[in-house]
Amino acid sequence: MAHADRSNSRYLLRRAFAFSREHFFGSWGSTIVTLIAGMLLFRIAAGVVEWAFLDAVWEGTSGEACRGQGAVACWPFIAAKWQQFVYGTYPQGSQWRVNLAFALGALGLAWLMLPRIPGKSWASAIMVVGYPVFVFFLLTGGSFGLRAVPTKDWGGMLVTITLAASGIAASLPLGILLALGRKSTLPLIRIASTAFIELWRGVPLVTVLFMASVMLPLFLPAGVTFDLLLRCIFGVALFSAAYMAEVVRGGLQAIPRGQYEAASALGLGYWRTMGFVILPQALRIVIPGIVNTFIGLFKDTTLVLIVGLADFLGMVQRNLNDANWFAPGTAMTGYVFAAAVFWVFCFGMSRYARHMEHRLNREGHAQ
Amino acid sequence: MARAPIISMEKVSKWFGAFRVLKDVDLTVFEGERHVIVGPSGSGKSTLIRCLNRLEEHQAGRIVIDGIELTGSLRNTDEIRREVGMVFQQFNLFPHLTILQNCTLAPIHVRGMDRSEADALAMQYLERVHIPGQADKYPGQLSGGQQQRAAIARALCMNPKIMLFDEPTSALDPVMTKEVLDVMVELADGGMTMVIVTHEMAFARKIAHRMIFMEEAMVIESAPPDAFFDHPQDPRTKRFLGQILDH
Amino acid sequence: MDKAPRRPLLERLTHGASGRAVVAQLALLLVVVLAGGWISHNTIVNLQARNLASGFGFLNYTAGFAISQSPIPYSEQSTYGRALLAGLINTINVSLVGIVCATVLGYILGLARLSRNILISGLATIYVETLRNVPLLLQLFVWYFAVLQPLPKPSASFDLLGLAYLHNRGLQLPSVSLGAAGWPVFAAVLTGLLVVALWARYRRYISRLAVLVPVLLPVFVWMVYGAPFEAQIPQLERFNFVGGTVVRPELMALIVALSTYTAAFIAEIVRAGILSVPRGQIEAAQALGLRRGHIRRSVVMPQALRVIIPPLTSQYLNLTKNSSLAVAIAFPDLVSVFAGTTLSQTGQAVEIVGLTMAIYLTLSLLIAAAMNLANRRFALKER
Repeated sequence: MAHADRSNSRYLLRRAFAFSREHFFGSWGSTIVTLIAGMLLFRIAAGVVEWAFLDAVWEGTSGEACRGQGAVACWPFIAAKWQQFVYGTYPQGSQWRVNLAFALGALGLAWLMLPRIPGKSWASAIMVVGYPVFVFFLLTGGSFGLRAVPTKDWGGMLVTITLAASGIAASLPLGILLALGRKSTLPLIRIASTAFIELWRGVPLVTVLFMASVMLPLFLPAGVTFDLLLRCIFGVALFSAAYMAEVVRGGLQAIPRGQYEAASALGLGYWRTMGFVILPQALRIVIPGIVNTFIGLFKDTTLVLIVGLADFLGMVQRNLNDANWFAPGTAMTGYVFAAAVFWVFCFGMSRYARHMEHRLNREGHAQ
Repeated sequence: MARAPIISMEKVSKWFGAFRVLKDVDLTVFEGERHVIVGPSGSGKSTLIRCLNRLEEHQAGRIVIDGIELTGSLRNTDEIRREVGMVFQQFNLFPHLTILQNCTLAPIHVRGMDRSEADALAMQYLERVHIPGQADKYPGQLSGGQQQRAAIARALCMNPKIMLFDEPTSALDPVMTKEVLDVMVELADGGMTMVIVTHEMAFARKIAHRMIFMEEAMVIESAPPDAFFDHPQDPRTKRFLGQILDH
Repeated sequence: MDKAPRRPLLERLTHGASGRAVVAQLALLLVVVLAGGWISHNTIVNLQARNLASGFGFLNYTAGFAISQSPIPYSEQSTYGRALLAGLINTINVSLVGIVCATVLGYILGLARLSRNILISGLATIYVETLRNVPLLLQLFVWYFAVLQPLPKPSASFDLLGLAYLHNRGLQLPSVSLGAAGWPVFAAVLTGLLVVALWARYRRYISRLAVLVPVLLPVFVWMVYGAPFEAQIPQLERFNFVGGTVVRPELMALIVALSTYTAAFIAEIVRAGILSVPRGQIEAAQALGLRRGHIRRSVVMPQALRVIIPPLTSQYLNLTKNSSLAVAIAFPDLVSVFAGTTLSQTGQAVEIVGLTMAIYLTLSLLIAAAMNLANRRFALKER
């Protein structure tokens, strides 16, 4: 190979041939599959491009514009409805508050997730406690001169992110406690934690949401009501805490016994050992697992539309019933848009999880 | 001499399920003495010293350390662990903390020292084990010998009366072994009470007041080093020494 | 070998725990009991205020609603208990079919991801990364509202080889009936499989011919019964089809969505499992002269299965629980029929939701137990 001139086009051609022979035409079977798959891929890609771009309708103010063209994408539908998809029925004049909340959230997350920025424990404390409280007052209003907006007017992506963020913020501390409880040497605590975890892991989220929306009002004294959003947050948090507990437990089990022993030998008691020695290491190890739980939670928030809460998917679904926009391609357009938004969020987070996993594998336990 | 021993084990036995790992073990250590325990693997040496700070629980017999009896009482156990320091074969440094933080963690949270006091104390001991420059590094950045010396400093920061060593150099290569053994000799010269499990016979001979040989959960022979190495009494001791020293 | 001395009774009762530990546990117990009591009190008061009944007697009342696809005979005069049973059987059917389809599809996709052919592995990767990052409910809606509902009317349906027809009210399939021989033939198939399984277990080697037993035995039984056979091909009459069976779009959408979604996760699990087998194993097998297919079957897959089975169990459990999304497209599964319609008619939330959760817990336990048996079979025997 040393003799070949690398810029020689014949050399490049030979390498291209060798590459395709191995990867596309390795055997008769492979060749046939390549040809068939290639044709299929081309037809599908062509179909998608036609549906979404070439034949699609881009201009219009109602379903009229999309009706005569057959089943093609109806983008004006999205343009007209996107505000509802994002904010629900949140009053337009106050939507800047939602934008502010999103922006602060994104900043806080970046602080928490980007590796090189210091002060991670501050970041965690603020994001888990401070931020939710601040955003709650910001968005519900009624004080500091902000107009009151009851949670029943919230909808769309606002609800989805509220549910997911609250769910994670609540389930992380609860999950840690449950995981510690499950590994406890005290039998009552261990049994109670295990039963609690297995209960919520064994039932579908739909039944938990039904429980939260229908049974919870029965459990509380007459006259005390929680609105639906809070009830759903409660259900989602409990459900997610059980899965988080298992993720944390995996991390706890990965810590070598010697760490527990060294801490004991130094005289550190149970809580100090957990807080200063074990949990910092365990939580770092399971960051990928925590992020994956969050991705699952984010997708699961769509289920609240079944109990009548209008999350992002719920708003899209509701607006598909708008007779004004009825056309053969409207439904698919709405769903494709929703799928694209979810995909960007979830794929982004899963790449982050994979990145963290590689980093942790490479560096072992070091910072 | 009518003073009480600082460590007293009387007829201590321990079972793991149906398997007996300690059989009627007696041990008497006076303050300032250094006892070295040797024996084949599985003989119960590690279990014995781990019973001394209740990392393992004995099921029969009595263990009294510095006047406090080791029982199920958590308060006794906590008190004893403050007075007994331990160095492990696998170092067991906390990888997410710097060396300095490793050393100051227990003094701050168990003895209630404030941060500057604890830092000064830690630097003092880190200098004694000859690694003051490593204070702000993480364990993963140190060599094995440096890590073990840091672990010794960490244990010393609690100002213990007794130091336990569980095969401290078994995971180290010969050069690092020497580093650590030198530190242990210095510690011995300072008058520390030490109970050591090791395979390093030359080192043992140099510093031990008493050699203890264990095999199959029992103390077979216990004697001062010269008598132990030159005139072993029990045939099992002779056989062990023959295997170990004939390299 | 003398035994460890017995500890004093009190110490044994508290497992040697300290006073602190006992107090902490008693405190927990007290809190749980008090909270439980407060909740029960509130519930009773609220139920009385709303004039709702308690107890499970409602299971014997007449349901008064229809179920679009019921696996057991059911009419509007049937009881709520029967409706519950119908929904439960639907859930079990959907879950089983979904598990089988997802496993097959996931296995193929997992292998495709590992293929050297970039087109194949690329397509598989696109499939996996797309389906895993879009919520299942959304995918279900796409299948149901955007794919199956816009299908043409029965009179203009898609013709599949003249035997089956696809239209907006379902998939018309021909039905085959074996008359009186139906159940005996089914029993013969099961017996044949059992014989082969036992033979494999105790003889360690089965000849390829043994596979014919579960095939020949039922055929023999069928002929004994006089070989009854009745086939019905759906025929279009005016506006609807007559004859054969129909699979409704709700069921189709649910099974397709569940299978394709779960297959994406199973593909990753299979891929991770196969990659976990050390390269040295394959090299040793090659050095012994084994061919690729044989290597995959005898060396790679048994070891890969060890790593695959635990997360696979999770996916099966997830699929079973996800089948409850049927309520969003009105397929009559357990949640839809019981926690949906029955709950809204009787209002007995505590009993209904509680019973539904209990049933799902039981299903989860059963699946986990079955997979545990499989897990044990594939675990390495260690010292």
